[in-house]
Amino acid sequence: MSYVQLSATDLALAAFLLVVNGAISLAFRLGLAVSFGVAAVRMAVQLAAVGFVLNFIFAQTSPLWTMLIALVMVLVAGYELVQRQERRLRSWLIYGLGNATLLLVGGLATLYAVVVVVHPSPWYAPRYIVPILGMVLGNTLTSVSLALQTLTEGAERERAAIEARIALGATRFEAFATVLRRALRTAITPLLNVMSVAGIVSLPGMMTGQILAGVDPGEAAKYQIMIMFVLTGASGLGAFAAAFGGVLLLTDARHRLRLDRLGAARA
Amino acid sequence: MLRVDYLSVGGLAPLSFEAAAHECLAIEGPSGSGKTRLLRAIADLDAAAGYVYLEGVERREMPGPEWRRRVRYASAEPAWWGAKAREHFPATAKLDRLLSAVGLESVLLDRPISELSTGERQRLGLVRAIADEPRVLLLDEPTSALDAQAAALAEELIKFQILLGRIVILVSHDSQQLTRLANARLQLTDAGTARSRESAAA
Repeated sequence: MSYVQLSATDLALAAFLLVVNGAISLAFRLGLAVSFGVAAVRMAVQLAAVGFVLNFIFAQTSPLWTMLIALVMVLVAGYELVQRQERRLRSWLIYGLGNATLLLVGGLATLYAVVVVVHPSPWYAPRYIVPILGMVLGNTLTSVSLALQTLTEGAERERAAIEARIALGATRFEAFATVLRRALRTAITPLLNVMSVAGIVSLPGMMTGQILAGVDPGEAAKYQIMIMFVLTGASGLGAFAAAFGGVLLLTDARHRLRLDRLGAARA
Repeated sequence: MLRVDYLSVGGLAPLSFEAAAHECLAIEGPSGSGKTRLLRAIADLDAAAGYVYLEGVERREMPGPEWRRRVRYASAEPAWWGAKAREHFPATAKLDRLLSAVGLESVLLDRPISELSTGERQRLGLVRAIADEPRVLLLDEPTSALDAQAAALAEELIKFQILLGRIVILVSHDSQQLTRLANARLQLTDAGTARSRESAAA
C-alpha cells in the first residue's frame, strides 16, 4: 500500500477553499463567515483528536481498550438516537429500548463481521473493530430511529383503529399489524435504496477511502460488499428489534394500548 | 351472568352490579360521569381495580384478547384500519342477514370506508361488534348518528341479541330508547350508584 502523506501545508492549502467562502460571505455581508470558521475549527479539532485517540488505542495490545472505546461509541450513538426522536415522543422507555437495541444489534453484528467474517489477528484488533462498529452504529442508529419514530407516531395517530381491533379481540401484535408494517417499511426502504444505487450514483465512502489509501479497487469493492451486507443486516435487525420491542412497550400484558407510557397522553 | 364487583372507574365510587342473560342494563348519567370509562373498564380496555366475572370467571383468569372476544365494547364512532369495510370482518362471517337487518346492502362492504356516511359506518360498527357472537355487548351510543328509521332497525337487532340470550349493557342519550330496550337501569352520580329495575318494555 502506498499513498501520498499530507503535510500541514497541504491541509492549509485545502482550507484555502473555505477561506474563499468566508471572504465571499464577508463581501456580501451574508453573516456566514463566523459560522464557517467555527464549524471548520470544530471539524479539524474533532478529527485530529480522533486520530490521536485511535493512534493510542491501536498501539495498545489489550482488548480492554477496544471494549472501552466501543462502549463510548455506543453511548454517543444512544445519545444521538435520543436527540433524533421528536421531542413529545421522548420517554425513558423509548430511550432504553433504542439504546438496548443499538448495543445488542450493533455489538453482535460488529463482532460477527470482525470475528467470523474478517477474522483478523488478534480478533479484537481495534483497526477493524472501531471503524466497522462506527459504520454499523451509524446505520443502525438511523433505521432504529426511523422505526421507533414511525411506530410511536402511528400509534398516536391511529389510536382509535388500534383500540377498535383490541376491542374486537385482537392480540397486541394483530392490533398493531398495520402500524408495525409501516414502521418497518419506513426503516428499511432507505437501506434497500442505498444497496440498489451503491457504486452507480455514489462511490461509498469506505471504498473511496481504501482506494485513496492505495488498495486495489477490486479488493476495495470486496470489502465494500462485505460491509454493505453487514450494515444492511444490522440495520434491518435493529429496526425489527426496536419495532417489536416498541409494540411491547406501547401495550401491556393484558394487550391494552398504553399510550400513557409515552408521557404524551392525548385525547 | 355478568357480575361487576367493586370496579373502580376514574373518580367514581367502586361499582357493583349484575346483568343476566336476556337482560339489557342501561347506564345513565350526565356527560362526563364515566359511562364510557365504565364500559371500557368492563371490556378490560383500561386498567381498573376490582373484579368483573362472566359466568363466574374473572377477566384476569384469561388473556385479554379472549376476554374481549366474549365481552365486546362497541364505540359510538367505530374506527377502521383498512380501506374497505370487508377487511374488518372475518372472511368466514355470514354478514348478509346482519347487514340487511340494519338496512345496509352488502355492496357497501367493497366501497371505500371514507365514502360511507357516518350513519352507515355506525351501523357497520354495530354489525362488526355482533358478527362473531360475543356473550356480552357493551354498546356506547349505538344509534347516535342514525335517523329514526335506521335507529329503529338497529334497536330491533339489539333486541334480537337480547332474545338470543346475550347480555347487553347500553349507554344512550335517547331516554325513549332506554325505555324500549332496557329492563334495568344503573345511575352514575357523584353520590354513588343506584340500580333500579323496571318491567321489560319489549
